[in-house]
Amino acid sequence: MGAQVITIASGKGGVGKTTAVANLAVALAADGARVACIDGDIGLRNLDVVMGLENRIVYDVVDVIEGRCRLRQAMIRDKRLPELYLIPAAQTRDKSAVTPSDMIRLCNELRAEVDWVIIDSPAGIERGFKNSIAAADRVIILTNPEVSAVRDADRVIGILEAEEKGTPTLIINRLNPVMVKQHDMLSADDVLDLLAIKLIGIVPEDEGVIVGSNRGNPVALDPKSRAGQAFRNIAKRLKGETVPFMDLEAGTSLWSRLMGRK
Amino acid sequence: MTDPKPLIEIKGLRDGLLATMSDASWDESRAALMEQIAARGSFFQGARLALDVGGMVFHVNELSELRDMLSERGVNLWAVVSESPTTEKTSQLLGLATRISKPRPQEMTRPLAEDAGEGKAMWIGRTLRSGTRVEFAGNVIVVGDVNPGAEVVAEGNVIVWGRVRGLVHAGAGGDASAFVCGLDLSAAQIRVGGAAAVPSERSGEARPVKYFLEDGIIQSELWQSN
Ligand SMILES: Nc1ncnc2c1ncn2[C@@H]1O[C@H](COP(=O)(O)OP(=O)(O)O)[C@@H](O)[C@H]1O
Ligand SMILES: [Mg+2]
Repeated sequence: MGAQVITIASGKGGVGKTTAVANLAVALAADGARVACIDGDIGLRNLDVVMGLENRIVYDVVDVIEGRCRLRQAMIRDKRLPELYLIPAAQTRDKSAVTPSDMIRLCNELRAEVDWVIIDSPAGIERGFKNSIAAADRVIILTNPEVSAVRDADRVIGILEAEEKGTPTLIINRLNPVMVKQHDMLSADDVLDLLAIKLIGIVPEDEGVIVGSNRGNPVALDPKSRAGQAFRNIAKRLKGETVPFMDLEAGTSLWSRLMGRK
Repeated sequence: MTDPKPLIEIKGLRDGLLATMSDASWDESRAALMEQIAARGSFFQGARLALDVGGMVFHVNELSELRDMLSERGVNLWAVVSESPTTEKTSQLLGLATRISKPRPQEMTRPLAEDAGEGKAMWIGRTLRSGTRVEFAGNVIVVGDVNPGAEVVAEGNVIVWGRVRGLVHAGAGGDASAFVCGLDLSAAQIRVGGAAAVPSERSGEARPVKYFLEDGIIQSELWQSN
C-alpha cells in the first residue's frame, strides 16, 4: 500500500495550479479516499485560502521539517470532508527553508497515513519547484491554451524528462470553446501538438471557479458546475478509470477528434 | 600526497584538457578537481575541459552545477565522456559533447581543419524541448521535433527528421557548404553560416526542405534524395 504522490507544476504562474490541487483533492476525498495536500509555495501560501482553511492554521510544513511539531499536528482537517488534510506552506519563510530530501522524507511519512498526496508547486523552475517534484511519483503539467504558458510547460516537461521523473500528463485549464472557434485561442489540439504528452483533462473557463476560490469552496463540490465536473473526471482518471472527455461544445470536429484521442 | 592513486588525472589534449576520474566518490573527485584548479590557476585559466567520468551517473542538476562551478573558476566544460547512457543523455541535454578524440599520438599532430569530418555526428533521438541548447562541432541529427525555445547549433549540417519551431544553425563555425534540412521548417528560425532566413509560412501540407548557402545568401529547395 502507500499513497501516490502527485505534483502539479506549470512553469508559468497564475495558470490554475492551486485551483487544480484544491479541486482534485476535494474530488478524490469526496469519493472516499484519504487525501493530503501540501502547499509547496513557501512564502506565498494560498492553498489554505482556496480550500477555506486559512483560519485553522497552527503549524506549517517548515515546522514539521524543522521538528517543531509532529506531522499529524500540521495536517489540518478539512471542514467538509473527514479524510481530507492540508499541510500549509510557511508564509514567513522562503523556499530555502526546505530541501528536496526534506520533501522526500515528509512524503514518505505521509504515504502510510493517506491514499493520495497532492503537492502544489510554485511557479518557475528554481528551488521551490525542485522541492515540489522531488517526492513525486507522477507529475501533472497544467497549462492554459496560451502561447507563453505552453512554452513554459514545454520547458518544465524537458526538465522532468532530463531528471528522469518520467513523462508527465497534461491538464489544459481555462479553455474557452467560443474563443477557440473564433481562432482567438489555441485549441487543445494545438497544445497537444506541441507538448506531445498524454492529456488527462480539459477544464473550461468558468467564473464559478473564481467565486468558489474566494469563498474557500472548490467548485468540485458543486454538482452543477461544469469546471467542477471536469475536475471530478480528472480525479477518476487519476484512479485509473476511463472517463470520456466532456463535450465542452457539442458537435464541432475539434471535440469529436479529441474524444477519439486516448 | 601519500595516496598512491590520484583521485583525478589531468592530461593535455590537442584542444584542451582531459580530466579522468578514478573510482572514488563523486564528492571526493570533485573536491580534488577544484583543489587542482585552485592550486594551478594559470594552467587552468580559460581552458576547455573535458571530463571522463567512467560509469558514474549524472543528472542535469549535478552536471549543470559542476559546469557553473567550473565557469566561476574560468574553466569551460565542453565535454563529458561516460559509459553511462544516462550521463550521456544528460550531457547532450546540456549541450555538452559526449565524445572527444582520444589523445592518440598520430591524432595529436593532425591539423584542426579535418576535425569536423563527415563521420562526426551527434545523434539526438527525441524532441528537443524549450530551453534545451545543443551545440556540436560536427553534424547534428535530430529524430524528433525542435520546439520553440530550443536551439541546435552545429559546425556541420543539421538534419531534423521532424518539425522545427525553434532555432537551427548549421555551419556555425563559418562552413559555407553546410546545410539545414527538416521535414517541416515553416516555423523555424534558420541560420546557415553567418546568414539568417525567415521561411515562408506553410500553406497546405508540410514539405521537407533543405536550406543552404549560395553566394552568401540562403536558398531553399525540396529535400530529396540527391
Ligand atoms: N478554469 C478556470 N476558470 C476561471 N478562472 C480560473 C480557472 N482556473 C483558475 N482560475 C483563476 O485563475 C487565478 C489563478 O489561479 P491559481 O490556481 O491561483 O494559479 P496558480 O496556482 O497556477 O498560480 C485564480 O484567480 C483562479 O480563480
Ligand atoms: Mg499557486
